[in-house]
Amino acid sequence: MPVEIYKDKFTGKGQEVILGATKEQGGTRAYTVKMGGSSTLPFLFYEGEIPNRPVIAMEVWDIKPEWNPCFEQYYGDVWNDPVAWAKKAEEYGAEVIYLRLQGADPELENSKSPEECAKLVKDVLAATGAPLIVEGPGQPDKDNDVLQAVAEAAAGENIALGVAEKDNYRGIAAAAMMGRHCIIGRSPVDINILKQLNIMITEMGVPIDKVINDPMTSSLGYGIEYSYSTMERARWGALIGDKMMTPPVICLAGPEAWSKKEPNAVGEDAGPGWGDQRDRGIMWEAMTAAALLQAGGDLVLMRHPEAVKLVKKQIDALMVPNKY
Amino acid sequence: MAFYMIGERINGMFKDIGEAVAKFDPKPIQDWAVKQTQAGAAYIDLNVGPTAADRLKSMEWMAKIISEVTDVPIALDSTNYDAIEAGLIAIGKPGALINSCPNERTKIERVFPMAAKYGAGIVALTMDKSGIPLNADARVAHAMELVASADEFGVPTDSLFIDPLILPCNVAQPHAPEVLEALRQIRTLCDPAPHTTLGLSNVSQGTPDRSLVNRTYVVMAICAGLDSAIIDVSDTTMVEAIATADMLLNHAIYCDSYVKVFRQR
Repeated sequence: MPVEIYKDKFTGKGQEVILGATKEQGGTRAYTVKMGGSSTLPFLFYEGEIPNRPVIAMEVWDIKPEWNPCFEQYYGDVWNDPVAWAKKAEEYGAEVIYLRLQGADPELENSKSPEECAKLVKDVLAATGAPLIVEGPGQPDKDNDVLQAVAEAAAGENIALGVAEKDNYRGIAAAAMMGRHCIIGRSPVDINILKQLNIMITEMGVPIDKVINDPMTSSLGYGIEYSYSTMERARWGALIGDKMMTPPVICLAGPEAWSKKEPNAVGEDAGPGWGDQRDRGIMWEAMTAAALLQAGGDLVLMRHPEAVKLVKKQIDALMVPNKY
Repeated sequence: MAFYMIGERINGMFKDIGEAVAKFDPKPIQDWAVKQTQAGAAYIDLNVGPTAADRLKSMEWMAKIISEVTDVPIALDSTNYDAIEAGLIAIGKPGALINSCPNERTKIERVFPMAAKYGAGIVALTMDKSGIPLNADARVAHAMELVASADEFGVPTDSLFIDPLILPCNVAQPHAPEVLEALRQIRTLCDPAPHTTLGLSNVSQGTPDRSLVNRTYVVMAICAGLDSAIIDVSDTTMVEAIATADMLLNHAIYCDSYVKVFRQR
């Protein structure tokens, strides 16, 4: 007897968002990436359309970050040169560059000015071909000044500016609108705030096809199942026709995974049977990313080049259509 | 599950529309089409009313001028199925709604193949020549036959909007709870389930505070499974009550602006 596969039928679908602009489109990127646009839950090809594969972005900081020593062999010579670092990220497989302007944090002694940040963004764009995401230092006033300058410097490039939050979105939304860039809206693992933030951003005039959501994903072992539920509920909302739940989702897999004890612990800090720290760290990040892809992530931010390789392989396998 | 509001205002029974139909004046009709679109109507009902000299021609004309100002699909409301077909041809794309067809074989044979041909939905009434039954079971029996007819003529069951027919509470009070019970059962008849609908304002005919009766009953009906209704979409308090019921049943994800979002389809 043939098995009848139960298929859900949805009335809505995710919003497709394009990041980057090529020369023909008014920018200088070598290519653009498309995210989202699915009409079913993640990887259920037999139920709907999944027009775009998940995208891998890699982190580049404008100052030397406090990362595990195992990153030294990959980035040791570029810690203080973000432009060279961005080029290196491309070599390691980054499809999108995620530039974190931590050096503009006003709490720092030599806090970078908006002009310095804008120049850096221009230099990164000149040296690379990948679409770009720029995250401000995370302090509302400075975010506004920095991202305003960045938006102007990157005019025509269709970058993404982040991150807008419920109490800090107006300045970033205005900057995104003026430069016709995308905007990342972040909500604290809270579906209701995510929806409200999207409403507020679009009410300011940012079109929904320029909005990307960061639902604040967690790391493997630290409540990732809660992130999963939130992301699944958001996708479900989009599929039943809730336009404010349709933006593609980005997941900060690398930073989340590496901020935890397990990928970093060595010596006595590591539990029995934990094995080599380097391999464990890579796996911790890759597994975090893999889980978030299953949850519906459209872009994963990664840190370790070896984890990137593993996740790319995983995406290749997941994107083989499983039509019945 | 979304709630589909069918805007009732473009009906020749209303004075402004009646005059517009008689004079072929598009403005009042188009104004109401736009207004109901902005209020969140999922369908715009079109009823030429009694003033039209030629129902077929008026239906065709009205469908055309409404389509010019809104993308919201039209519910073609008539007992003259030739007029409805003229409207479907004028609309020229699938997604319209035929309002309505009772459970009578000759009418089903005219309407259901037409719905399949033009990709239209059907408001199907749980009644036949003998009239509207009182109890829920008889309403559900009609619904079952309508579902079987949909299957027979190749109309997807989720293109059916089954209307268990509410009557005015001041003259036919026992019907109200029977309709609620029928709504509960109709949702379980097939998969995908048919939609359900009501000509809501009927319930309050002749009562002094119609809006209160309407919005109270619509919330009760939504709780019983109702997912569409032919209503006055400019009745703000009712639309707010529907949006709130939809949210409290966890059909729509809560956010602080949930009422506003409900209107932005």
